[in-house]
Amino acid sequence: MDAFNIYLAGVGGQGIGLLSEIILRAGDHAGLPVKGVDTHGLAQRGGIVKSQIRMGRDAHAPLIAERRADLVVALERHEALRAMNIALKDRGTLIYYNAVWQPLDVRLGRDPEVSVEMLQATAQARDIKAIPVYDPELPDARMQNIALLAVIAKSELVPGVRLADYTRAMDDLMAGRMLATNRAVFESRLAG
Amino acid sequence: MKDMGEMLLREEPFEEIMMGNTALVRAMVEAGTRVVTSYPGSPTPEIATAIGSIPEDRRPFYFEFSTNEKVATEVAYGAAVNGHLATVFFKSVGLNVAADTFVQLSLMNIIGGLVVILGDDPGANSSQNEQDNRHLARMSYTPMLEPASPAEAYAFYLKAAELSRRLNMPVILRMTTHICHAKEKIAFPARDPIQPDNTPRFDRKNGPYIPIAALVFPMKTRALMNLDKAEQWGVSAGVNRVVDHGNRDRGIITSGLPFLSLLDVLNAATAKPDILKLGMVYPAARAMIRKFLYNHKEIRILEELDNTLENEIKALAFDEGIPVKITGKVALDDWLDEYTPDKVYTLLQDTWTDLVPERMGRTQEPPPAPLRPAQMCPGCGHRSAFHAIKQALAATDITVADIGCHTLGFQEPYEMGELLMCMGASTGMGSGLSLFNDSRKVVVFMGDSTFFHAGLPGIINALFNNHNITMLLMENGTTAMTGHQDHAASGRNFNETVEKIPLRQVLEGLGVPNIYEIDTYQQARLQELVETAVNDGGFSVVIARHPCMLKFMRQQKKKPAYQQRAVAVDQDTCQRVHECVEVFACPTFTRDSEGRVTINHDLCIGDGSCLQTCPAKAITSPKPIEPRG
Repeated sequence: MDAFNIYLAGVGGQGIGLLSEIILRAGDHAGLPVKGVDTHGLAQRGGIVKSQIRMGRDAHAPLIAERRADLVVALERHEALRAMNIALKDRGTLIYYNAVWQPLDVRLGRDPEVSVEMLQATAQARDIKAIPVYDPELPDARMQNIALLAVIAKSELVPGVRLADYTRAMDDLMAGRMLATNRAVFESRLAG
Repeated sequence: MKDMGEMLLREEPFEEIMMGNTALVRAMVEAGTRVVTSYPGSPTPEIATAIGSIPEDRRPFYFEFSTNEKVATEVAYGAAVNGHLATVFFKSVGLNVAADTFVQLSLMNIIGGLVVILGDDPGANSSQNEQDNRHLARMSYTPMLEPASPAEAYAFYLKAAELSRRLNMPVILRMTTHICHAKEKIAFPARDPIQPDNTPRFDRKNGPYIPIAALVFPMKTRALMNLDKAEQWGVSAGVNRVVDHGNRDRGIITSGLPFLSLLDVLNAATAKPDILKLGMVYPAARAMIRKFLYNHKEIRILEELDNTLENEIKALAFDEGIPVKITGKVALDDWLDEYTPDKVYTLLQDTWTDLVPERMGRTQEPPPAPLRPAQMCPGCGHRSAFHAIKQALAATDITVADIGCHTLGFQEPYEMGELLMCMGASTGMGSGLSLFNDSRKVVVFMGDSTFFHAGLPGIINALFNNHNITMLLMENGTTAMTGHQDHAASGRNFNETVEKIPLRQVLEGLGVPNIYEIDTYQQARLQELVETAVNDGGFSVVIARHPCMLKFMRQQKKKPAYQQRAVAVDQDTCQRVHECVEVFACPTFTRDSEGRVTINHDLCIGDGSCLQTCPAKAITSPKPIEPRG
């Protein structure tokens, strides 16, 4: 079986690291061989954070080759476009949180902001299924990652990884109030 | 929640998903390491995070962040010649700082053992270069092991400790960024706690420890003999291995992450070449390489960054007249960047066109996403500082950057800091720029952690030789860029509360005649102080202070009573001057296609430092935001 490759991207501060580690550990709980790596050069300072997960016996390097990702998970529209262009294979799946953190050239008025329409059109040209997620009822912007996770779990976007694997992974990584609020958001979005 | 500190000490066997940096700490515990030192620098700081997850009273070794990499190396060495197994870790360019001490280590009889962990950074993900520190192993006669994965990092630390104790010489464990940060499941064996032995065993009879004059030659002779022994050890220690695909024509010699990239690429190959994967890259196991060369007609050497293995292997083939075709680096690009699966695919395609099937080209180029350079955080005191300092200086004045978050000031729209070298270099460079120069003021930047790390010699030189420059000391109270480690002026070290070493008193003690201090949010006053300081003559200092707001906000958000606040743009007052979004340029300001500016509530921290920058006074004071949901 070929490896299943997941490429995650966002901006520093959006919680890519936690989201990635939950999916990585969920894959492990599902009995899949997993590898992962985060790249976060100067990410804390508003730069790009990317994380790569590979599941399956054929995966050796933690890094995914260009356009070999089966699934791209993005927490922001500009990063969704960038990650889709770099990493996602034709006919793959893009799931993104429909938020915008404008990059410098957009704020300086030099580049247009990436729109939902632009993302959908780019996806369509390569037969990519694009799933936008937006959740205005979230108690805290820092839970956008968990809102995405709920859709990933509910839609079974990672083959072989079940709901219980995701909740076990969340239990591995969080405790107390943080676990309780994140589990509550996760479970309510599953039901919704 | 899984408790990392508990796992790192666990005595029963277990399996766990771990990052390379974390797995190293488990290996330190198992090896009986007693003293660990460091200076923070990516990609290694998570080693300290893992160490910090073990409560200090249960930690089986002493750990400190030293003031710089050289001091850290000296502390580890001192402990090691007293009989304790010691380890020092730092980033790639940290070795340059440590080099004066480091290059001497192999001359010494290090009775406790000393492992130097390097975090090299191919691809320059978070460094000012991608220097290949394998050169330093050769220069200093120091054996170097190079793992390819977190599991190997764990295993190779134990091997490095074993070799170091066996030969009483330093051993380098060379990590690279995506091995430090890679995660995979690792099986750990049962662990027997080691009874610590605190006996100070230093004895000059174990030396000589004084490398001068005639003593140097016997010391160097011992180091060279040790290298031979290390090479022999490398053959039998199981760190190098051959992946035998039964191919008698083609072989590949590689190491580290490129080995894993190679395995990925070869998934699609029908006639896979044999692979010699070197775990010890210096000294390379010549006996194994010789045999591998004899067994193949063509050899491809796949090594990231420079061609150190290639030179060695070609020399060996030449000396022994081995009839084999060896291909190493060809194009200039081969010397650049990480050897990712994509890069390895291209390199192999160039060497053996029939090896792997051609990939489909891109049918069309999609619209590109706008670049996203790293930014100073919302509320960052450096932003307020740059905004004010820029207004205090003439366009022709020269601003010199240093290492830290404030390096980001070089970018648009601030463009403060036009030269950058390395830690603490701004003062010396600025001093040189001030010579024969009466027309352009010279302003140098320096962070507070860097001040102690490598800043003081340049400062003392500027005073001693009376250079005409102004220093902006960007004090945020922490080592922010690498993840908020404490420094000598923080009032805490890694383990306990300590007396601060205040920057101002240090400068006063050195005799700096003009020292000014200001919180950077007071932009108008900061501007005046800089205007005054650059006209003082001689060496003047403005301490531009504001706590790191990223650190501050993380602490605030943990409090149950935390209430998010944000500024707003009053659309009736706004005249679309765009000072906020284009000149002050906090990433919180968002502009739509009509030029209307709004606030991104995911980002705004309600600090209000922007209010003073709006000429139309359209930004309103921070107010609580209603919780959603």
